[in-house]
Amino acid sequence: MKATEPTLRTFATVWAALMVLLALTVGVALFDLGPLSLAVALVIAVTKAVLILLVFMHVRYGSREVLVFAGAAYLWLAILLVGTFHDYVTRNWLPGPPAQRRQSSGR
Amino acid sequence: MNALPATRREPPEEANYLSAHTLRSWLLTTDHKRIGLLFLFGIIGYFLIGTAAAALVRLDLVTPQGDLLSAEMYNRMFTLHGVVMVWFFLIPSIPSVLGNFVLPLMIGARDVAFPRLNLLSWYLFMIGGGVTLYAILAGGVDTGWTFYTPYSTTYANPQVVTMVAGIFINGFSSILTGLNFIITTHKLRAPGLTWFRLPLFVWTLYATALILVLATPVLAMLLLLVAVERFWGIGVFDPAQGGDPILFQHLFWFYSHPAVYIMILPGMGVVSELVTCFARKRLFGYPFVAGASVAIAVLGFLVWGHHMFVSGQSIYSGFVFSLLSYMVAIPSAIKVFNWTATLYKGSISFETPMLYAIGFIGLFTAGGLTGLMLAATAVDVHVSDTYFVVAHFHYIMVGGMVLAFMGGLHYWWPKITGRMYPDLAGRLAAVVTFIGFNLTFFPQFVMGYLGMPRRYHSYPEEFQFYHILSTAGASILGVGYLLPVVYFLWSLKRGKRAPANPWDARGLEWTVASPPPTHNFHDIPEGIRPPYDYPTPATPPFTSPS
Amino acid sequence: MNDPGTRSGGGAEGMEPLHSHFASREQQREATTLGMWLFLATEILFFGALFLAYAYVRWSFPAVVQQASRHLELVMGTINTGVLLTSSFAMAVGVLFAEQGRHRAAAKALAATALMGVAFLMIKGSEYAAVIHEGFLPGFTANLEPVSRPGGGYAGLLSEGGGPVPGQEELFFWLYFVMTGIHAIHVAIGVGMLTLLAWWMRKPHPASRASLNTVRNAGLYWHFVDLVWVFLFPLLYLAGHRFQP
Repeated sequence: MKATEPTLRTFATVWAALMVLLALTVGVALFDLGPLSLAVALVIAVTKAVLILLVFMHVRYGSREVLVFAGAAYLWLAILLVGTFHDYVTRNWLPGPPAQRRQSSGR
Repeated sequence: MNALPATRREPPEEANYLSAHTLRSWLLTTDHKRIGLLFLFGIIGYFLIGTAAAALVRLDLVTPQGDLLSAEMYNRMFTLHGVVMVWFFLIPSIPSVLGNFVLPLMIGARDVAFPRLNLLSWYLFMIGGGVTLYAILAGGVDTGWTFYTPYSTTYANPQVVTMVAGIFINGFSSILTGLNFIITTHKLRAPGLTWFRLPLFVWTLYATALILVLATPVLAMLLLLVAVERFWGIGVFDPAQGGDPILFQHLFWFYSHPAVYIMILPGMGVVSELVTCFARKRLFGYPFVAGASVAIAVLGFLVWGHHMFVSGQSIYSGFVFSLLSYMVAIPSAIKVFNWTATLYKGSISFETPMLYAIGFIGLFTAGGLTGLMLAATAVDVHVSDTYFVVAHFHYIMVGGMVLAFMGGLHYWWPKITGRMYPDLAGRLAAVVTFIGFNLTFFPQFVMGYLGMPRRYHSYPEEFQFYHILSTAGASILGVGYLLPVVYFLWSLKRGKRAPANPWDARGLEWTVASPPPTHNFHDIPEGIRPPYDYPTPATPPFTSPS
Repeated sequence: MNDPGTRSGGGAEGMEPLHSHFASREQQREATTLGMWLFLATEILFFGALFLAYAYVRWSFPAVVQQASRHLELVMGTINTGVLLTSSFAMAVGVLFAEQGRHRAAAKALAATALMGVAFLMIKGSEYAAVIHEGFLPGFTANLEPVSRPGGGYAGLLSEGGGPVPGQEELFFWLYFVMTGIHAIHVAIGVGMLTLLAWWMRKPHPASRASLNTVRNAGLYWHFVDLVWVFLFPLLYLAGHRFQP
């Protein structure tokens, strides 16, 4: 995973990209795109996050152990989110005691 | 065995880690061995408190009317018992006491990676415990150790906040220990000591540390949110505002299920050490046992919903969690098979540590199998919140973990203190403990199945017989716990001085003096031998009976 | 007697003391860097629980969240995001300078980072003031009087006289204050650390406390704080839409 070490120029480029992404995310958010709004916002956020992780935090230039540690934490967060939402989303799928219907529940 | 004779005039001990006697040298130590002992003193204190609460509970349950304690007091007692035993005894017991002491020695290091963080971990443990004790003295908490909302956030008394604060602080103790162990294992192994040459105890401590680091922060945030919700009156667990109490349960069990693996994995590691040593045999299926340890840690994160089958959780979700719970039993079973295969055709002797190890294998298996019963949703609907569950987890936590802790303590006692205890007394204590344990908890399986609910202090007459058996067993179990205190203390003054390797065991910790010198090794070991290099191979050649 | 102590004191300039349980400085550096990453992993899960709570609220009441989000200060939030991202850039540059041995330049970069952190906190403070002033602090009126609530011995649901928010909207603002509040605490801690480091690094030959590895690890922490904000911002501030396409 050893690319060449980052330079001032690398950092400046990433910073500029982050600013562009910031403008983009705010701009897109001014319009209601339905379910796409959240998806786009998250994709942009993840892109920014990946840039910060790989370049600013040197994951791209570091050891594999660091990559595993960083990745594992996000994976575990995903387990928490998926495992919990798996319950919420499937509450009404199977016949059983009627689950509480929420007003305007998730899509 | 070259033990020195216990004559009146014994030659002076070499300077070792116990030599400095000032209070300051203990309270400001960064030596992992001393920190291990500091943790030992701490958990003994908390264990006494937790046992006292249990004793009151069991005494109250002797009569069906619940006349010893008021209902309120009874609830506080089982809450106290759960909170103290889980967070201040079981979770730190093997990792922070035995792990701290033995891990660097086992990998040929002079200390853990971050000795000062290690000391901080102990202070956080003691402070957290102090705050929790204050909560108890200031009126106590009656929510159960599980703190379910909205009771804990809305209706229970204000000490809930103090108690969760104590547990929160203690959580950081856990996190620091886990962090330390992971980095230590990655970075401080002696040259040539590859992962697959490590003793199993190191593997299980590593797996435990993974859980400590990944699960505890979620609990920490959850406790913080409970406190915020109490103070503010607004919160995401309050159904009156659109919040969800089940969200609390998801967050709580996301931590607390892996927490039970924190509580058992180190014990499994100890058992691997004991079984190989006292069967004089290499571990059967080493890579599988190592892999199973990590598998338990990972899979253990995927099954938390099995605590919520009857909570209102989605049925579909319930059966996914049920399926995953069956899967997580597989690596545990692999370990049990491998220990058994290690014993097979071994040259077995029954010193005290081995008795505890064998007790562990039997009782853990029983507890684990009842866990599988509980993982079946249909069964769980009937026995959830009954004594069946109580018996299940006590089989694992007491029959498993406490026995493993005792076994490990007896095994490494000579190394830690430089003294031998009388083995006959040890064996007696082990047998008494085993008998007392089974008498206490087996009746609970039966009465749980018959419908006795947990956390109830008054109950129908038909269950009294079982409760009496259980309480009688508890008193015997208490004797089993007390005996080691007596002979261990005795051994400190009158026990034979221990040689470096009293059990003729394998492992780097046995190559240094008993007690070890402050810096562990004069020279960092090189030329590491394979693990468990005992005389009998793991799979001895088949000889047909003649 | 107990602390194995350190070998070779401060050694060369900017070199951290080598603690005797490590075999080499290389090993010590790798261990401390991995340790910092592991700590950040715990932070991801720590904040992660909050994100789960947010996800639950948003999934349960999407329309309410949309509406409530519009009451947040979008302009201030956007500026703050820009400030924090730029501070991350300054931090990365600071680490680069430290690697090149340009200690005074590094000190300046770290100071700039800390300053931007302070700016972030100040903007956040005025943001809070604005939101509270409009009466969106759950459980309180716009004048910070606690709202009396019926029954239960706890601050309950609907407010009387002055307080505007029904239960579900309250939950959104509760999340807003709790999530950004805990984040702000982390920012403040980072500012403190970086200020200290900048101070130690201001000499051409800084003391061993301000070693390169320490600066790198402080940088990891700061970038992480930025990382959390990168997710907080769109989820809290951008959930409400302004125009229809």
